[in-house]
Amino acid sequence: MSAPTGAVRVLSPTGMLGAGFTQSTVDRGIALGADVISVDAGSTDSGPHYLGSGTAKTTAAAVARDLRILLRAAAQARIPLIVGSCGTSGTDSGVAWVAEIVEDILSEEQLDLSVATILSEQPADFVKTRLREGAVHPLAPTGPLDEATVDSCTHVVGMMGHEPVEEALRAGADVVLAGRATDTAVAAAFPLLQGMPAGPTWHAAKIVECGGQCTTNPRTGGVLATIDHTGFTVEPLDPDAACTPISVAAHMLYETVNPFRMREPAGWLDVTDATYTALDDRRVRVEGSRFIEADQHTVKLEGARITGYETMSFTAIRDEHILAHIDEWTDLFVKVFTDRVAQTLGLDDTDYSFDLRRYGHDAVLQGLDPATRPPREIGVMLLVRAATQQLATAVAKVANPLMLHLPTPDMAYLPSLAFATSPAETERGPVYEFVLHHVVDTRTPTEMFRTTHRKAPSHD
Amino acid sequence: MTEQSTPQPTLGDLALEVRSKNAGPFWVTMELFMRDETGYALAAELVTEDVVAALYEVRADDVQLFRIPSLNVVKISFPRPVAQGGLRDRDVHAGQHHVPLASVPAVRPS
Repeated sequence: MSAPTGAVRVLSPTGMLGAGFTQSTVDRGIALGADVISVDAGSTDSGPHYLGSGTAKTTAAAVARDLRILLRAAAQARIPLIVGSCGTSGTDSGVAWVAEIVEDILSEEQLDLSVATILSEQPADFVKTRLREGAVHPLAPTGPLDEATVDSCTHVVGMMGHEPVEEALRAGADVVLAGRATDTAVAAAFPLLQGMPAGPTWHAAKIVECGGQCTTNPRTGGVLATIDHTGFTVEPLDPDAACTPISVAAHMLYETVNPFRMREPAGWLDVTDATYTALDDRRVRVEGSRFIEADQHTVKLEGARITGYETMSFTAIRDEHILAHIDEWTDLFVKVFTDRVAQTLGLDDTDYSFDLRRYGHDAVLQGLDPATRPPREIGVMLLVRAATQQLATAVAKVANPLMLHLPTPDMAYLPSLAFATSPAETERGPVYEFVLHHVVDTRTPTEMFRTTHRKAPSHD
Repeated sequence: MTEQSTPQPTLGDLALEVRSKNAGPFWVTMELFMRDETGYALAAELVTEDVVAALYEVRADDVQLFRIPSLNVVKISFPRPVAQGGLRDRDVHAGQHHVPLASVPAVRPS
């Protein structure tokens, strides 16, 4: 690994490993002198299912396709490759899944790279011990944590900062596969290891974490950030895309509550005084970013638990009379449905819950929807949740005759509605919710993470 | 259907883009990217914590509002009213919740 002194160039090929990018943009980044490739492989954005189940949102073939390009490029250029939040949620199973894909590629491609894996999953006992010590604190809008909540989680992960990644690099890893990590830590670790200042490094890391999102054409691939002692420069890797002061500055707004201050385990990135200047029509220079070290290093926890099992049913209405009286139809549906569930299954509304969504009418925004037009057709989705899959499906089956034949109160005949599938019911399996939104005070920045180093299998 | 007179322009009409998204599992955030300083000035005046609270049925005290003149942007964040991915969450990424904000009439109250 070369040790650049004046500047460190970070290649960010995409915002999400498995989302795809072209070989030529990676080649371009290498030709421009990339010192490290960093890529994020996870997010909570798609909901609690992935953490709760310990499975990935991306398909193995897409992850392997992207990794093959990146591993070859890293090996050829002799630069490290860092992957964060492996397997979408960063569970131990997610890290193992990506590590297996990497091992296969290394052996197929005969690449001589050493791999470090960093596990971030947290045992319930550890969290409860720290809770008793008063070292766990809620983040707004969540309240204090109790031990039962910790025990109810199927998986708890700690979101690492740059420190465990930096340590793995220092130990000689060519490839670092991290469990749950902050999006920024993945890009910040190598420049910090090389002595780049924290302000520009963390700000650059935030700007490049979504790949081409900070450019005028986010679909065309990644970006290269060059971090030095006074700031950083960012440019797109596709020759037809551009970074502008607005496109770069606007990325601080993306998926952030506060666009000026962002917490990392080690402190706060503060971009209040940052300036964004066009160097030419494609490159932007950023200066004035600051990083404020925190007195107490903290690691954020994420945890998910099962809330029940769901069964979904979907029918559609095109009948103009029913559409014109859709609220009456819905009210009647809810009443007849809940009555029949009580009569046939002996259940009351504490035994199950359901959501009836009228797609095409107000399914997305419900009462917040500013539109009042009568729709041309409505898809009616019934989602039933109960303590077991069997019970959820039994309840959904009670609704089936209504979803096929329920009239409005003033209709003198039974309509037949349009089921989308046969069978009408689809079992969704266990469903999850996020229950942790807390931080742990850490004694050392690496104590919650476990690193294993190994050589490529072809060289064992 | 009621007859309408010429529809009033909305903040969405004066914007380059209005978007919404999760900011982590517990917060929603949305941005009005206005086209110019005039549009920004109007958005910055019309969009307040109380307006957001009424549009999204949340507490005004929970709304965080950022007016960013250098980008002609008004940004809003508030805690997610419905748990992400839960039974009653109809917008897992909170990606379509910008519509009520974009529909705010772009006229100063007389």
